[in-house]
Amino acid sequence: MQESYGYLNKIDKDPSNLIKGLQAVQATEGYVSDVSIIAVADYFSLPAVEVEGVLSFYAQFKRTKPGEYHICVCDGTACHIKGSTLILDWVSTELGITDGETDENGLFSLETVACLGCCSLAPVLSINGKVYGNLDRKGTVKILKEYRNK
Amino acid sequence: MNISDKITKIRVGTASCGIAAGANEVLELVKKHAGNIPVEEVGCIGHCYAEPLVDIETTGGTVSYSHVAATEKAIANMFELGEDNRFDIPAGRKAKELHKVIRLAGRICPTSYDEYIENGGYKGLKKAFAMQPDEVVGEVKKSGLRGRGGGGFPTGMKWGFLAAKDAEQKILICNADEGDPGAFMDRSLMESVPHQVLEGMLIAAYATGATKIYIYCRAEYPLAIKHLQIAIEQIYERKLNELNGRSLEIIVKEGAGAFVCGEETALIHSLEGKRGTPRFRPPFPTDSGWKEWPTMINNVETFGNVPIIIGEGGDKYAEIGTEGSKGTKLFALAGDLKYPGLVEVPMGTTLAEIVFEIGGADPDNVKAVQTGGPSGGCIPVELFDTPVDYDSLRSLGAIMGSGGMIVIGKNRCMVETARYFLDFTHRESCGKCTFCRVGTKRMFETLERIVGGKGELEDLDFLEDMGNKIRKGSLCGLGQTAPNPVLATLRYFRNEYEVHVIDRQCEALACNALVDVQLEQSNCIKCKLCIKNCPVDAVSDDFVIDNNKCTRCNTCIEVCPKNTIFRVKKGEGFYSE
Repeated sequence: MQESYGYLNKIDKDPSNLIKGLQAVQATEGYVSDVSIIAVADYFSLPAVEVEGVLSFYAQFKRTKPGEYHICVCDGTACHIKGSTLILDWVSTELGITDGETDENGLFSLETVACLGCCSLAPVLSINGKVYGNLDRKGTVKILKEYRNK
Repeated sequence: MNISDKITKIRVGTASCGIAAGANEVLELVKKHAGNIPVEEVGCIGHCYAEPLVDIETTGGTVSYSHVAATEKAIANMFELGEDNRFDIPAGRKAKELHKVIRLAGRICPTSYDEYIENGGYKGLKKAFAMQPDEVVGEVKKSGLRGRGGGGFPTGMKWGFLAAKDAEQKILICNADEGDPGAFMDRSLMESVPHQVLEGMLIAAYATGATKIYIYCRAEYPLAIKHLQIAIEQIYERKLNELNGRSLEIIVKEGAGAFVCGEETALIHSLEGKRGTPRFRPPFPTDSGWKEWPTMINNVETFGNVPIIIGEGGDKYAEIGTEGSKGTKLFALAGDLKYPGLVEVPMGTTLAEIVFEIGGADPDNVKAVQTGGPSGGCIPVELFDTPVDYDSLRSLGAIMGSGGMIVIGKNRCMVETARYFLDFTHRESCGKCTFCRVGTKRMFETLERIVGGKGELEDLDFLEDMGNKIRKGSLCGLGQTAPNPVLATLRYFRNEYEVHVIDRQCEALACNALVDVQLEQSNCIKCKLCIKNCPVDAVSDDFVIDNNKCTRCNTCIEVCPKNTIFRVKKGEGFYSE
């Protein structure tokens, strides 16, 4: 076990905790790298290929490093009918990145998610977990500017 | 700041939707000025459209404020018990709703054990302890409660299966993986009244002899997980988990974002740390589930009903509802309506009552309602006198589902909506069954072609045929219900499909490939905002939009201060040579 993955030691080594282990890696590093996969596989005494298999099944896990500000544009049903595709367009245009990408400076990354559970405020997006609702173009652009100037 | 001396307590709603509307900023300001008045954070009362909401307890009763801004002025208004932003529950909601499961939501502090007790909490558990386990199962059977996750399986029967098992370990799982996009009933319950959900689980554990409880919750619900964990600690401290002669472990596990994990056997695989693929049933989980131990899975809302059933008795509970569906049901109401939020109504309430009277939707601007999310179907406005219960909805080709209810306005395209759901399900298919894996993808591609203006009439027959094959050829609920949104729209809105494939038009002006964008010169004030903001330079210096360049991104429509830019039928806009 490599030193830098010491935080895994808090988790029981039973393979049923594999997802928990991967979540711990992602919470610490922001994504799951190839190196992390091997470390996790070692920890749970599983073949790396099995870890990769589980990892790739779940939408939550990212294999590329996200930006400092990670934007999730909600595309749940309520947001969709209230125009979430336009929100995604506007964010894309404003930041020059598309769904799943991180910008050159590593400041912003963008993804669409199934539902943030704030349907009554549709359309919504979240930045590093903070949810913004009732968005229009002006509001969206303003929020992005605030983060850029932080 | 003047503070009325009548104020005894202040409650700020800080569930997820409140926070998204700015409740945390409001809370900070309230706390700053409140002095010695106790300020409490509470959950969701279901009126999400009015967030942020603040309740002021006074010697003369509660005064509520809605849309509270995080400004000194707004706070001062409340502290003086001013008239601005006073909130009163809309008459329709007052008249038609019946709050039982969410009776305490937003009224008590979610993480206060004492407040839950003061309001009758854990009385059901106490009463259950005084009964024999099989009597408890009997009460649930008498209540007629059916699984609130969507399947509608009789809960008491399931409990009976697990109780009858003689095994060293018996596992109870709470399915809190609310994956249906557009539903938030379970989130609200867990955030607002975690103890009520846990009380239901403890009663179930006592009645069935379970030895361990897992709560499988979506990772997207951090606040729900936090509140559950605090409540579990409080239960441990008071040893409420000591039952059937042993100490019961309650473990919260975070899901990792897979819709299929709402399916029982897939959920169990996920809990075991594996890929969340379903397996063939039988054996049913109550025979062989988590690590092959007998396992029973109930949904959050189902557990939320249990303390009420035990508290008032199964017979009393069954007095509300219809022949086959008893009690009340929570719905997450969203989409094109005035009062989106969480509602609780007796089973058998009609769709019209929910959408128009409670939701305040404009009857002239409603086309349909989508129930059951991606597994459900749409019901056209002509059928809104249908009572909401498991069986009536199924007979219309929709399902109750977990309770997501999206109102679809006249300006939305049903074909596009069906495409959206298939986009979701084809990505969420786990890939195990060929019909689900390949079939949903083919249906999605066909729908993409239709909304892209390249569909043919025979595509509609293909969709119907393939949809029926996927239903038959899939192992689990995801595949069996995935074609529903398409089959239901084909049944009720076939004409919209035909307009797309025959006339190559979208009447709702929603499908980008089938609309043009036009600027109405007569009202234009030549402010040039459209020219400045267009990302593809499609607006010329003399204010004409070139539809060859335009990507239909709506930016100009949004920025125009005079609303002179419109989406129009394909062919009506200007095209450069």
